[in-house]
Amino acid sequence: MAEGLKRSAILLGFLGVVAALSVSSPAFLTPTNLLNIVRQSSIHGIMAVGMTLVILTSGIDLSVGSALALTGVLAASLEHRGWPVPLVVAAALLIGSLLGLANGLVITKGRVPPFVVTLGTMSIFRGAAHLFTGAQPISGFSPAFRSLGAGTVLRIPVPIILFVLSVVAAAALLRRTRWGRYLYAVGGNLQAARLSGIPVERCTTTAYVLCGLTAAAGAVVLTARLGAAESIAGTGYELDVIASVVIGGTSLAGGRGGVWGTLLGALLIGTINNGMNLLQIPAYFQLVVKGAIIIAAVLLDRLRIAADS
Amino acid sequence: MHLMTPLPANVAVSFRRLSKRFPGVAALRDVSLDVLAGELHAVVGENGAGKTTLMRCLCGAITDYEGEMLVGGRTVRFRGTTDAQRAGISVIHQELNLVDEISVAANIFLGREKLGRLGLLDDRAMEQAAGRLLRQLQCEVAPRQRVGQLRVGDRQLVEIAKALSLDAGILIMDEPTSALTEAEAVRLFQVIRRLRGQGVTILYISHKMDEVFQLADRISVLRDGQLLRTVPRAETTPREITHLMVGRQIEEAGARQPRTPGDLLLEVRGLSLPRPGHARKWRLRNVSFSLRRGEILGLAGLMGAGRSELLECLFGCSRQAPSGTIVLEGRPALFRRPADAMCAGIVLVTEDRKRLGIFANLDIAGNITLCTLDRASRLGWLDLRRERALARQAADELGVKTPDLAAPITSLSGGNQQKVILGRWLLTRPKLLLLDDPTRGVDVGAKADLYRLLDRLCREGLGMIVTSSELPELLALCDRILVLCEGHATGELGRGEATESRIMELATDRPHADQVA
Repeated sequence: MAEGLKRSAILLGFLGVVAALSVSSPAFLTPTNLLNIVRQSSIHGIMAVGMTLVILTSGIDLSVGSALALTGVLAASLEHRGWPVPLVVAAALLIGSLLGLANGLVITKGRVPPFVVTLGTMSIFRGAAHLFTGAQPISGFSPAFRSLGAGTVLRIPVPIILFVLSVVAAAALLRRTRWGRYLYAVGGNLQAARLSGIPVERCTTTAYVLCGLTAAAGAVVLTARLGAAESIAGTGYELDVIASVVIGGTSLAGGRGGVWGTLLGALLIGTINNGMNLLQIPAYFQLVVKGAIIIAAVLLDRLRIAADS
Repeated sequence: MHLMTPLPANVAVSFRRLSKRFPGVAALRDVSLDVLAGELHAVVGENGAGKTTLMRCLCGAITDYEGEMLVGGRTVRFRGTTDAQRAGISVIHQELNLVDEISVAANIFLGREKLGRLGLLDDRAMEQAAGRLLRQLQCEVAPRQRVGQLRVGDRQLVEIAKALSLDAGILIMDEPTSALTEAEAVRLFQVIRRLRGQGVTILYISHKMDEVFQLADRISVLRDGQLLRTVPRAETTPREITHLMVGRQIEEAGARQPRTPGDLLLEVRGLSLPRPGHARKWRLRNVSFSLRRGEILGLAGLMGAGRSELLECLFGCSRQAPSGTIVLEGRPALFRRPADAMCAGIVLVTEDRKRLGIFANLDIAGNITLCTLDRASRLGWLDLRRERALARQAADELGVKTPDLAAPITSLSGGNQQKVILGRWLLTRPKLLLLDDPTRGVDVGAKADLYRLLDRLCREGLGMIVTSSELPELLALCDRILVLCEGHATGELGRGEATESRIMELATDRPHADQVA
């Protein structure tokens, strides 16, 4: 009931933004542009799926943008060495998962707050990416690899397919597995979860691993689409990713929300980005707007909670 | 109708045709009630009868009720608790509303901090004032102590001190003794009498008949959200009130068939739990006892005697590592993680339901099946239909009163929430059930229900260890009672020899060893 209301509120906001943009820019409401929006949304969307899992545990992962850069440049160099594409992708996903595992282990075993740990690894991963590339871009990939970002299947761009697949997979995990249920329990009442014999640390760590994995998936898609990997890639992405989750109705306090909301949230962020570009709003001002949107989304959530109780 | 007549001058609070709906339930229906100035008005009723909802309207926590409220003859519509406080209404909550991270004094003056020069916090003044209030309650808690370190009983006293600090003209007490020992309750009653002597109007919510009949001037009975009757105490009997509350005659908890315990289930030898950095070095010292299948062992003792700590050691969730031996069915069972204890068949129903028991973000079914999802899974995937059936089965077996298992757990009354938690654990098919004050905040009818349930489970071979803040409950429920005093086992009483006075003797029988560091 409450979830439904929340979702319809996002939907309403979404339609409002679409309506406003359709009126103010003739280029907005065209099939090409709409498809473009969805494609542009898929990278931060895929990453937001993993972020949703982390936020459900009442955690946060600020390192996703840097993890994207690090896995991106490592995958790019493997591709350069002539590794077959499936192996490159597998390696990238493995690297991303390991980065997530590092976050998760320090958070659960070391009992360091997620904010601090991932603030630290945000810097570590970025630095490692710079060190690895010497700040030089890596480019020149095989067509097979490029198709992961630029290709289509049945005329649907591959990034969109990957985005939808990751949402569906995460939704199934959340609703239909024990781990999914435990995630809500851990985020809802950590103490009670521990006293219920739930493997709290393993569940939480898994969420960070999957968040790293989706960051790596985002890296593969972005690198393939741009045809180049740079150590500065993904700078500031955590903003779009976290905004997608929060606008999607997942509570930063943990235990409430889900990936379907995140799907809408990611599209809304994508639409706003696109609209601001069409309206030729300067990039610096766009940052101001997006920051304000995150705060407004959380504020709205608080007001709704206050109204509920 | 009498509703429309002008108020007599001495009415402090008047509820007029008050109604409040929650999703799926009418929590209050057309309640009209006058509370006289300076009286102690007891509001009684079963769980879910609407007592707490009524008080939440009065203290400004619920603002979207229908009907009208008059305070001091004037219609009020509070927009929040601050409004109500300003109107001289103060409330002692049943569910504790304290901030764990800050000190006792800071909690008492939260939002009304005393300021010194330069507008800085005057901690000393607040600590002194807090100390005075706590001394009034003869409570030994230090004003500078962090609330998070306090046990439930002490928190309740802090909550009471906080309400007293407001100098309110109207005081709402929502089951104030539910976490107190008898001695603490007696002290509280003295304070209550003194307050009434000062002309404070008190609305007293409780389902303990002895308290109500000791204190109240008039008694109002609620059932299913409706006001059944308001009667002067002198003109009624506990039996009549209980009958009104429940709507049926309830059996005495003590009247039951004797049970015959089976083989040895649990053996505890020399259990000690250290308390680092404290003058009394041990929370538990050298405690030994045993338990058979189909037997209920009671743990009695005053605040800080170590009852909850003992259960925590058995469940593997004590803060420090205990020493000694625990043997369950011949196997060592000294655990350090609840998950391990659970696998071995030991489960714990915690004392603090809101904080440690329920998952407010999950629905009722989800709360029931959380520990046994493997039984509703196939190849790692949850079968949601099977899960629902599992929850339904447990809910029916324990008599959880709800039409809809997909409703939020918070829509249930305290007693029904407790049944949900019991159901969660019973699905794990435990051998040893640990219950830490299981009927706290649970009303008469639901209590009798729980007693019957526990008796039945016990006869089916489950071993249980129960603590309670109410001695009659232990006496009614248990086959044996182990009495603790300051972490030491000071005696064990069989069913024949246990009486309230004998237990109190042992509970205050200070052991001589290691009193001081």
